[in-house]
Amino acid sequence: VLENVPQVLRGMSSLDDGLNVLQYPVETNSASYIERYASMQSLVNDLRQHVSKVLEGGGGKAAQKHKARNKCLPRERINHLLDPSSPFLELSQLAGHELYDEPLPCGGIVTGVGSIHGKLCMLVANDATVKGGTYYPTTVKKHLRAQEIAAQCRLPCIYLVDSGGANLPRQADVFPDRDHFGRIFYNQARMSEAGIPQVALVLGSCTAGGAYVPAMADESVIVKGNGTIFLAGPPLVKAATGEEVTAEELGGASLHCKESGVADHFAHDEMHALAIGRKIVKSLHMAGFTHRGNGFIQNPQEVKEPLYDVEELYGVMPTLRHESFDIRSVIARIVDGSEFDEFKKLYGTTLVTGFARIYGQPVGILGNNGILFTESALKGAHFIELCAQRHIPLVFLQNITGFMVGSRSEASGIAKAGAKMVMAVSCAKVPKITIIVGGSFGAGNYGMCGRAYSPNFLFMWPNARISVMGGAQAAGVLAPLEREKRKREGHAWSPTDDEQFRAEVIEAYERQGSPYYSTARLWDDGIIDPVDTRKVLGLALSSCMAVPPQPTSYGVFRM
Amino acid sequence: DYSTSCMVTSNPISKILVANRGEIACRIIKTARKLGVPCVAVYSEADKNSMHVAMADEAVCIGPPLAASSYLNAAAIIDASVRVQADAVHPGYGFLSENAHFAELCKQNGITFIGPPTNAIKAMGDKSESKALMSAAGVPVVPGYHGEEQSASFLKLQADSIGYPVIIKATQGGGGKGMKIVSKSEDFVENLCSAQREALTSFGDQRVLVEKYILEPRHIEVQIFGDQHGNVMHLFERDCSVQRRHQKIIEEAPAPNITKSFREEIGQAAVNAAKAVGYFSAGTVEFIVDSVTKEFFFMEMNTRLQVEHPITEMITKQDLVEWQIRVASGEPLPCSQSDLSISGHSFEARIYAENVESGFLPAAGVLHHFQPPDASSTVRVETGVHQGDVVSIFYDPMIAKLVVWGHDRSAALLKLHNCLSKFQIAGLPTNIEFLKSLSKHHAFASGEVGTHFIERHKSSLFASLPKEKKLVRLKLSAALAACCICIKDAMKDHLSPPEISTSSSGNCWGFLPAFRLHYEHRCHILLNHGEEGDLEMPVTFCKDGNCEVKVDDGNGTLMTVRMELNKFESSSFTATINGVINYFSAAFYMKDSVEYVSVWSDDKHHEFLIIKPVLDKNVELSSFQLSDRKWASMHPLGVHAPMAGRLVRVLVQNGVKVNKGDPLVILEAMKMEVCYFHLTTSINNILFVFLLQIYQDFFIIINS
Repeated sequence: VLENVPQVLRGMSSLDDGLNVLQYPVETNSASYIERYASMQSLVNDLRQHVSKVLEGGGGKAAQKHKARNKCLPRERINHLLDPSSPFLELSQLAGHELYDEPLPCGGIVTGVGSIHGKLCMLVANDATVKGGTYYPTTVKKHLRAQEIAAQCRLPCIYLVDSGGANLPRQADVFPDRDHFGRIFYNQARMSEAGIPQVALVLGSCTAGGAYVPAMADESVIVKGNGTIFLAGPPLVKAATGEEVTAEELGGASLHCKESGVADHFAHDEMHALAIGRKIVKSLHMAGFTHRGNGFIQNPQEVKEPLYDVEELYGVMPTLRHESFDIRSVIARIVDGSEFDEFKKLYGTTLVTGFARIYGQPVGILGNNGILFTESALKGAHFIELCAQRHIPLVFLQNITGFMVGSRSEASGIAKAGAKMVMAVSCAKVPKITIIVGGSFGAGNYGMCGRAYSPNFLFMWPNARISVMGGAQAAGVLAPLEREKRKREGHAWSPTDDEQFRAEVIEAYERQGSPYYSTARLWDDGIIDPVDTRKVLGLALSSCMAVPPQPTSYGVFRM
Repeated sequence: DYSTSCMVTSNPISKILVANRGEIACRIIKTARKLGVPCVAVYSEADKNSMHVAMADEAVCIGPPLAASSYLNAAAIIDASVRVQADAVHPGYGFLSENAHFAELCKQNGITFIGPPTNAIKAMGDKSESKALMSAAGVPVVPGYHGEEQSASFLKLQADSIGYPVIIKATQGGGGKGMKIVSKSEDFVENLCSAQREALTSFGDQRVLVEKYILEPRHIEVQIFGDQHGNVMHLFERDCSVQRRHQKIIEEAPAPNITKSFREEIGQAAVNAAKAVGYFSAGTVEFIVDSVTKEFFFMEMNTRLQVEHPITEMITKQDLVEWQIRVASGEPLPCSQSDLSISGHSFEARIYAENVESGFLPAAGVLHHFQPPDASSTVRVETGVHQGDVVSIFYDPMIAKLVVWGHDRSAALLKLHNCLSKFQIAGLPTNIEFLKSLSKHHAFASGEVGTHFIERHKSSLFASLPKEKKLVRLKLSAALAACCICIKDAMKDHLSPPEISTSSSGNCWGFLPAFRLHYEHRCHILLNHGEEGDLEMPVTFCKDGNCEVKVDDGNGTLMTVRMELNKFESSSFTATINGVINYFSAAFYMKDSVEYVSVWSDDKHHEFLIIKPVLDKNVELSSFQLSDRKWASMHPLGVHAPMAGRLVRVLVQNGVKVNKGDPLVILEAMKMEVCYFHLTTSINNILFVFLLQIYQDFFIIINS
């Protein structure tokens, strides 16, 4: 057999060189590319506009007042705290977007992952220029989500506290429930228990419940003059006991560092506090935390950029959702060297699975290339098991309208196959990151690691849509029901009524399926520019890597 | 080529001890190595890690740092030579090179002194004696008094009779030490005392001579060479007119704007001078030339190899150290006068550690960054130091000699300027910028040289650019520095990314400097430039992997400086300024726990202190740290000595009253005494605080 192989070829390169390189060039001059590009570009421009607005926080007078007190804005604080050129993977910038009657930029709190003295940390910074840093329901949710990520990824938490506590008018949606304000301190306790450091820098007020953030922290720093910690402020104290006392006397840095012991480090000013914060992180000794013994990565390889310009992603994504495209053309613009070792390429072709690297980190990628059939679901379950077995993180590229319906599909046991995939996704103990690049509809969302499946991170593209089903389909189901109901009640149901009803349903689904609607409610960790996908994936993946590999076991697979 | 011809001699040299340090020791070792002769270095305790020690085959420590106890310690050097069985000693220049006693000691110990005969050293070492000798030999000398009578009144009488201006010089002196020019009779005695004091500290002999001072002088010297068989020839002249503090900084060969007949005449006079004292080996006959009358007068003869000998080597294509060694071993001169001709033109620039602005006062310190231009057949860099070495107060503050050659004077001058632009030194002040401005000066380019050159052209030499333009250049350099700082930080993270996993793959935190979601990170780099104060540079980390600074060009238009973030090279960088690619160099170093960055861009060198917030509890926290220098110069009662030195005398005591103008202390550096005066208002009951550190500037703070 060897005689047929030319002698020159053998020994010149490995037999498998280049075999895995995706060939998905796009015609950048084509009308459809230009149209798609322009459409995505306008979506991204909108996104940037929305973000640039919220970056100002409370802005104007609030910011001026804040600065006049020798305080920095939350992102400035974060910049000082981070290593000079550390990335900052900011989360849910548009939380609270159009959620309340009044604007709540960034949900009133800035969260994200960054590096301090070479240690990745979760930073949680109140924005006192937004409603005095008080906790709206969204603020609580965003704070809890940051803690959830920190717990899942074992990232030390740094709280930059400057908050008036719970937003009193909205106390009912902030205070009592399980995932409300109290959960913050519960999380601090549990993370501390698990050896995940909790550090609080008190840069402003920590009133009432807020006082527990530094009190519950492993180590805390307080700034002379600006930082105060007390359960009740001077007005409340006067009302309750008649005692007249200044804020500084009641809960200032001196009191807490010298007398009460509520805080540990005394800072002369904010910069000093941030510097102490850095020092604390520097000396954190997180034994065992930085070890991830995925033994098969021995030789760090030179990171190859994708062969294609990432910006071409704008022109790859169809403007209209029903237009199809090959998810491999997205993968080719995300992974190292556009190299993708595809698994079961010819089986269950509507789900693309395979191995790749992102900045050298091996990943298993699952991407939708159409509706999930029984075979695709089985293939997905198989691939997830494979990655869990090898401790390879999973990346889900969601563009899914759902599982196939119909008698043939049901008879093939699609519910059973889907259940297998859901079981595998739920139980696989490897880092999971989901990017919704297109639609996320129905049970497809479950199998592809939607929010309910606790991926470590979940991001959306600005063109994405998320709902239980498409608006038109929903209208198709709801309109006949509504007609029957009206008929029973003796009302007329004209074709115009029908049309109007359908339009209303479609409009509601469209609005609620928008990524802004989703991100405002923390259904995701942020909307990202498709161009940043590779970078965000890389940073997010690295953030998950502090957790040592764990064995995966599953529940009962329905066979 | 005579160097390859075989050595026929009765007294071959088999091992040379080099009784010197620095560049000249290295220079001698290079030639000895070429000839296959092993070399022994000697060093003081301060020089243990010096280049000349590392270059030699063997090295012997000869004493503590002070030159008097080491490099001037003849007994120790003879002892070392005997110990290592060196059969010859090369004294280099300075130190013992013109010490007849030392030459004699060598002889007594059976060691060949690579230099002239003892008698010649003696004859030429005494300024008065040498002039009398020369007069007798028919070599023209400057009118003056060179006698033994040293009383102030007598000398004043002599000066009055010579006619002012006159110059007072130490009889044993050289190199400008102990020299004073007196323009009127009333000032004579005061200057005389000062000259005598310096003469005494420098040469251990306070005798002086008085001479006519020529108003428009040029300093032209002739390189001569003789062998032990009575042959003497000259290797043409050098012009060393451009001087500061009576010391040469730039020399050239041949001398510009002289005629062929003048060259022959002065060359012959030099040969006659040498012959008159039975000279052999290398020597230099210095003449003072009156630019107006074209008369030349014998000044002195240096009985050694000169600092500036390389320019003669460049135009004659000869190796003078090799000639010295051959002559010392008894060989005849390798060629005759008619074999030699001048080829092209050569310049030497002496790179000194000195404060040009404060009157060329010597400086000392660590060479935190040292990157000379590349050497070639037309560019020589003679140095005895490498990066990290100390230029100490104990020795000459010359860091290096830059020697260039060109087909003609203008080509050589262009090359000189170009090489000076590439000469990178950071960490201590140097005269490089000054030399650059000198080498570009129109008057210098036209060959209008004279010993008053620098004084005469002071204003144009120091103000090369209009202020606004200078500021723009400075800001551009600051922008480049700021970008480099960001790139350096990014690279630090790149090389040691956050600890995430034990395997180094799968970690892109170091690849994506200052990545932000949907916006661009901006940081503010604060730099301090001594003259222009603090500069704030806002650096934007762009999405495309560049960092960017916008600089106002002075007319309200913004210039954009951009650099790639993931491209850190050790010292050479690439930036674009308004889209034009610009190559420049930068170096970082720490000094007194403050970080500095030096930028060499577009022919200019700028140095900045990187200001970092100070967070030490003991310091005022909202303030930023200042260097000691700035702090001291800002102290209201501070007196700032702009050079390092040794404390000679304190003239006031604690507790007394000082008035404005009262002398406070005398410092000595480079054998020059400088007195510092009280500058502010009268203070009763003073308390001195000295901030004295070797290698640093000297501060005196007075508290009332």
